[in-house]
Amino acid sequence: MITYLLCFILFLVGLYGVLTRKNLIKIIIGLSVMEYSLYLFLTLIGYIEGGAAPIIDPSKPASLVVDPLPQAFVLTAIVIGLATTALLLAIAIRLYKKYKTFDIDKINTLKG
Amino acid sequence: MDSLIPLFIIIPLGIAFLIPLTWRLIPGICRFLPSTGMLALVVIAFFLLFYVGEGVVTYKVGGWEPMDNIPIGIHLVADGLSMMMLIIVNIIGMMAGLFSIPYINKYTGENYYYSLFSLMVAGMNGVVMTGDLFNLFVFLEVSVIASYALVAFGTSKYELEASFKYQVLGGIASLFILFSLAMTYWYTGTLNIADVAQVIRSGSEGSTALFIQLFMVAGFGLKAAMIPFHAWLPDAHSSAPSPISAMLSGVLIKAIGVYAILRLFFTMFNITIEISYVITTIGVLSMVVGVLLAIGQWDMKRLLAYHSISQMGYVMTAAGIAMIIIAKGGETRVAALALAGGLFHMFNHAAFKSLLFLNAGAVEYSTGTRNLKELGGMADLMPITSITSMGASMSISGIPPFNGFFSKLIIIIAAVQGRFYLIALLAVIVSIITLASFMKVQRYVFLDKTRTQKLEDAREVPFLMCLPMIIMAILCLAMSLMLIPGIRDTFLLNAVNTLLSVIS
Repeated sequence: MITYLLCFILFLVGLYGVLTRKNLIKIIIGLSVMEYSLYLFLTLIGYIEGGAAPIIDPSKPASLVVDPLPQAFVLTAIVIGLATTALLLAIAIRLYKKYKTFDIDKINTLKG
Repeated sequence: MDSLIPLFIIIPLGIAFLIPLTWRLIPGICRFLPSTGMLALVVIAFFLLFYVGEGVVTYKVGGWEPMDNIPIGIHLVADGLSMMMLIIVNIIGMMAGLFSIPYINKYTGENYYYSLFSLMVAGMNGVVMTGDLFNLFVFLEVSVIASYALVAFGTSKYELEASFKYQVLGGIASLFILFSLAMTYWYTGTLNIADVAQVIRSGSEGSTALFIQLFMVAGFGLKAAMIPFHAWLPDAHSSAPSPISAMLSGVLIKAIGVYAILRLFFTMFNITIEISYVITTIGVLSMVVGVLLAIGQWDMKRLLAYHSISQMGYVMTAAGIAMIIIAKGGETRVAALALAGGLFHMFNHAAFKSLLFLNAGAVEYSTGTRNLKELGGMADLMPITSITSMGASMSISGIPPFNGFFSKLIIIIAAVQGRFYLIALLAVIVSIITLASFMKVQRYVFLDKTRTQKLEDAREVPFLMCLPMIIMAILCLAMSLMLIPGIRDTFLLNAVNTLLSVIS
């Protein structure tokens, strides 16, 4: 149970970072922290204490294995997360070229 | 027949990867590829709509048959509601694709534009069709990542800033959705929507389901830009190139926001009174606050973007009313009426809001500005844009015989019949403020006689931009016909029954 709670705290730490930081790069790091907490949570869902890797060998009797489905999700989610982070960083670099700063208080042409 | 279903994902995805490869050889043909592909999809969607009727056709990707009644593999589902959504998505996509051909000429990297555009449509089609929760998340990300890039396509500082804001809030929304899906898998042990519904309905404990639902409302609400979560929408939708604004406002916030909420809440969960009140509240808030924020705007596209929030509020309110009636065990007839009004308004909004964004794009294309104060007297110079925009404005403010009038009327009648008098009154007031706000647009852009010197050499836009606007204006009128008995059954009531069939 305590691991799930830690996961949730990690999620909230990331959310806090996204909401309070003023630096574009730090916001992206906050988003990544949130993402990783979710990957951890997904992996924990499928985990069984003492379970083996989910490779079924017909010659051996069925043993206790962990759930492979969440692991497949995590792999897919990591690929999606990579695309999102790469695009965010690309936009952040372009923003830096236009404004010469990473401070979101100075990047505020759109209002209202 | 079910082998037609995966075409909705294969064709746009294929086009998206074909365009960068063949652009150097045949750029002229490549420009027309997205709209041609979507035209084919519209035809297929109409065909499937008549074919499935009230039934459901399922396509099992990879041919994995269920084992011991446990579905494995991904299912794509075609029923009345998803086919209607597909028709709307692909019609608007086709029109925006045609409009883009002259419009996007001034940008560099046209091939990437068409490629991302097709990718976005592929993602939306996938979200609409899928019967698997994780697959829904993947397609949702495909379409939003393409839309992040498209919002930043102009790479001026406004567009980059809007795109960054959109990406951060969209990223948080995606993570909320992923979290709720993880919780669903933990709770039920399956991700097939029909299977999840069975497990949740047979279970007695409600608090975990409520927790999942709250995260889903937050996630999909952020994607749909409902009022407490709306901050990104006006920036993103007004900064994007106009055909993309039309796609974002017209179909993206519906397909990945409101449609997902309706589909998941009606088919997966027991409708509880708590969540119904949450949905109604954010719906009414979006309806009222959106229009109040819109009326003070002087940027044409920004004004339209705020109206999107308000109009989607109508849809959410109607859905919320239907959910409250069902949760309280009231008359199903009234719930069906409210839902029919909501869905009808969602389809109508796609038509008239996309048309308004295309009009704004045409005005910007000819004059180089979209500030209401700098424009004026465009009615003589751009007659087609002016007339179509007038039609769309009347449609959004609910003037008969345009389609917006009928859908708003149905929602208000349903609210009165369900004894939600305050909501009915607010809906009427919001509609009047919308009318006022669009009279402002019409006056300052088109009808005003004072015209500054630099606007004199503005000309009507090229034929390929006029054609989509004319077709959409006709569509705004023709969609009123969906209420005629006979046509109504195929197009509207099948969609409503799809949502309600699980409950009764």
